[in-house]
Amino acid sequence: MASVPLSRIAHGRSGDKGNHANVALIAYSDAGFEWLKQHLTADTVAKYFQPLGPKRVERFEAANVRGLNFMLSDVLAGGASRSLRTDTQGKTLALALLQMKVEVPEAILKT
Amino acid sequence: MKRVRIGNGCGFWGDNLDAPIRLASAGRLDCLTLEYLAELTMSILAVQRQKAPSAGYASDSPAVLGRLAPILREQPNLRIVTNAGGMNPRRCAEKARSILEEHGLAKRKIGIVSGDDLMPRLKELLAAGHTLNHMDGGEPLAMILDKVVSANAYLGAEPIVQSLERGANVVITGRVADASLTVGPAAFEFGWGFGSADLNRLASATVAGHLIECGAQATGGLWMNADFETRLAQVGYPIAEMSEDGSFTITKPEGSGGAVNFETVSEQLLYEVADPAKYYTPDVIADFTSVTLTESAKDVVAVTAARANGNPDSYKVSIAYRDGYMSAGTLVIAGPNAADKARRSGAIILEKLRQAGVWFAESHIEALGAGNCVPGVVASTGEPAEVVLRIAVRDANRNHVERFTKELAPMVTSGFAGTTGYTTGRPPVREVFAYWPALIAKSAVTAAVEIL
Repeated sequence: MASVPLSRIAHGRSGDKGNHANVALIAYSDAGFEWLKQHLTADTVAKYFQPLGPKRVERFEAANVRGLNFMLSDVLAGGASRSLRTDTQGKTLALALLQMKVEVPEAILKT
Repeated sequence: MKRVRIGNGCGFWGDNLDAPIRLASAGRLDCLTLEYLAELTMSILAVQRQKAPSAGYASDSPAVLGRLAPILREQPNLRIVTNAGGMNPRRCAEKARSILEEHGLAKRKIGIVSGDDLMPRLKELLAAGHTLNHMDGGEPLAMILDKVVSANAYLGAEPIVQSLERGANVVITGRVADASLTVGPAAFEFGWGFGSADLNRLASATVAGHLIECGAQATGGLWMNADFETRLAQVGYPIAEMSEDGSFTITKPEGSGGAVNFETVSEQLLYEVADPAKYYTPDVIADFTSVTLTESAKDVVAVTAARANGNPDSYKVSIAYRDGYMSAGTLVIAGPNAADKARRSGAIILEKLRQAGVWFAESHIEALGAGNCVPGVVASTGEPAEVVLRIAVRDANRNHVERFTKELAPMVTSGFAGTTGYTTGRPPVREVFAYWPALIAKSAVTAAVEIL
């Protein structure tokens, strides 16, 4: 097992929908996607982003691109116009999630 | 086999001004789309129109059209489809008309798509039983009705197709779904209808439109693995080359910077998407999980035809309402314990304001550089040499927010050693427009098409 940030397994992008944000991760390999599906649950992501206070986290799969898409409800402190944060639109949330430290089998790491 | 090349040269109002010109001249396009309207842009345009009846459209767009005019002469079949009309598509089209005439293009026709503006009809619609309740929470619109500044239905591609069928070379719309700017010209070129027979094709064009609507985000912008070799300074804007069966490729002009590959396109496929199997537009519910992406050549990604997941019976309505005022200002705090000092400086500013009898509905302090961009989630490693203190406030009372803007400068002499970075003057106060998404039955909204 290796202790690595999620960015060794996946890349991604995030953005806003009103006061909600979506965080999409795309695995570099099929093995990485299987690992993500098993371990990166909506609960895990909700816990990770707890300081931002998401009301709900939903997970969707896009297996065609080895993707997991997380919808974080009411997580942007008001959204594009109203939020007082610098990142009003959740643009940096994907990078934040990709910094999560995880324990994964060496075999699935990006080569 | 007929192929239709649709390129998007503008991802939002504020995007690079040279991109549309570069893309149109090098892209060998059938249609150039220009997307100007973010969720809340309409509220800003609505207020501009209230102040001046001739305003209310993307004011950068006429200059862009003027620069595109010589290209339109060289490429007489190139069409332009844009939502630059905002809250005043008619005025935008009149302006475009005079620009085309100035450039000897008086015979080109301009299509105007309107009918999206529900503001004048709001009371009538409510009386007829269209509740316009908040899409997420279900709250009734009555809660904010007296504060509403704009209400626009997201129209679909049909009125764009009608404009093109009536000979429009340039189509100027108000609010339409972003992807519909691409679906329109594709459906026009291939003769697709909006009934069930062509639903999968509409879904395919919707995927294409979604992929190119944010401009360079499909071609290397925001790509997680972009590096200095990616040549983002020369980034090429995206082109969708559609086939009749709905399959298409994503590419960019030859020789341009950026990149089109599986990673750039897959990142954009899921950008600002909820359930990827059900991407709602006025034209179709598209299944983004039904397509396969293949790198077919350098900077070319082939996308298979998509499946539709139904036909929506409602339009999304984007409503904006006045919600007080806000301002945000910055200072730089350098030296040991910079992050801690920055946060304390923010607290001092708020405390001085409280002493002056000024308080806020909400305030927010960030020590940028110390892990406050995603507060509490991403910690910074090591102590930064300096941080940016950013402090933001919001309140219904404009005077309170005005007073706040005058409390940052004093910290340069009365704050901690190492306080600097106050060169831009007092931060501006801006009105807050909050967002209220709703749905309305398609039958309640009629799109209008006019040729100028």
